[in-house]
Amino acid sequence: MAYLTDRKRAEGRGAARAGTEHHIAMMISSAALVVLVVLFVAAVVPVIGAPYEAVAAHFARPFPAIVTALLLVAGFHHFRGGVQVMIEDYVHGMTRKALIVLMILVSYGAMATGLYAVARLAL
Amino acid sequence: MVQLTLPKNSQIRTGKTWPRPEGARRLRTFRIYRWNPDDGQTPRVDVYSVDLDDCGPMVLDALMWIKSKVDPTLTFRRSCREGICGSCAMNIDGANTLACIKGMDEIRGDVRIYPLPHMPVVKDLVPDLTHFYAQHASIMPWLETKSNTPAKEWRQSVEDRAQLDGLYECVMCACCSTSCPSYWWNGDRYLGPAALLHAYRWIIDSRDEATGERLDALEDPFKLYRCHTIMNCTKTCPKGLNPAKAIASIKKMMVERVM
Repeated sequence: MAYLTDRKRAEGRGAARAGTEHHIAMMISSAALVVLVVLFVAAVVPVIGAPYEAVAAHFARPFPAIVTALLLVAGFHHFRGGVQVMIEDYVHGMTRKALIVLMILVSYGAMATGLYAVARLAL
Repeated sequence: MVQLTLPKNSQIRTGKTWPRPEGARRLRTFRIYRWNPDDGQTPRVDVYSVDLDDCGPMVLDALMWIKSKVDPTLTFRRSCREGICGSCAMNIDGANTLACIKGMDEIRGDVRIYPLPHMPVVKDLVPDLTHFYAQHASIMPWLETKSNTPAKEWRQSVEDRAQLDGLYECVMCACCSTSCPSYWWNGDRYLGPAALLHAYRWIIDSRDEATGERLDALEDPFKLYRCHTIMNCTKTCPKGLNPAKAIASIKKMMVERVM
């Protein structure tokens, strides 16, 4: 480290030629969530306080089931991207890499669990 | 991990309270960060009383008054004393700015002065800007052309030249970069608002022929995309520039060449 020139330190390993796809994905999922959260609330409000059978029957209908599934996909995809950025911001070294992998597993695990539940109700 | 508390050798202790000037009627208290790498001690905050009837109205005037009349060991950078050179950038009253264009009348209570945040300190109010300048050099802040050099000059329309307004005025004082939390935590890789503003200045220069290469060199999760539009840079810029907008414009160009 001591004998690196200032310029070499600033250049690092150059540009990774990545990041734009992540940026676009976050923007698109943000916009999608604005719409999907409104639709999900509209889908859930009618069965608030209803018995289990009525809620299960409600989510077996196409609109609530599809909206919920889309919300889960967009939501956890956005969550994954957002938490990755937070980890990159605040954590360094090997811990950063480990946490990113863990967070990806948690995000897609939660998404799969939610989709399985929706499928159980809808199918 | 991000370090949220100061390491032991950076914790600030109470320093010396210097005697008040004799016969002064209007006094202003200055609390100034002091650190000398040669004495082996931790940083301290010294208290000075400035005679307002004997010095100019700006914070830099007061610093120069202290240095010449009270404490010649007080160390800070200064040159043009009119906001052009960017030398006297420091943290005054909790915000980064240029001491030469910050009026004492803009500050309530005691005047608290620290070096630019989160930079290695050389001495007192002098930060080490080596990496900051190297990052600026890395964005190639000069005209890159591939066509044959014209006989007279690289021509530019009035409209094209107007696009550089709000960008070319940057004096590289580092107030913006050192106010940015992303630069604090990842300054080794994130280029920071100042370097990115300069990068955009050359990207949109109508005469420059390396736009693609410049965008390629910035397309990186850390060099560019550490900017989270926190806007501290724009809020603190003593020249009234908008680095956040320049960075957003670079991101927009990145998206446009993909979609």
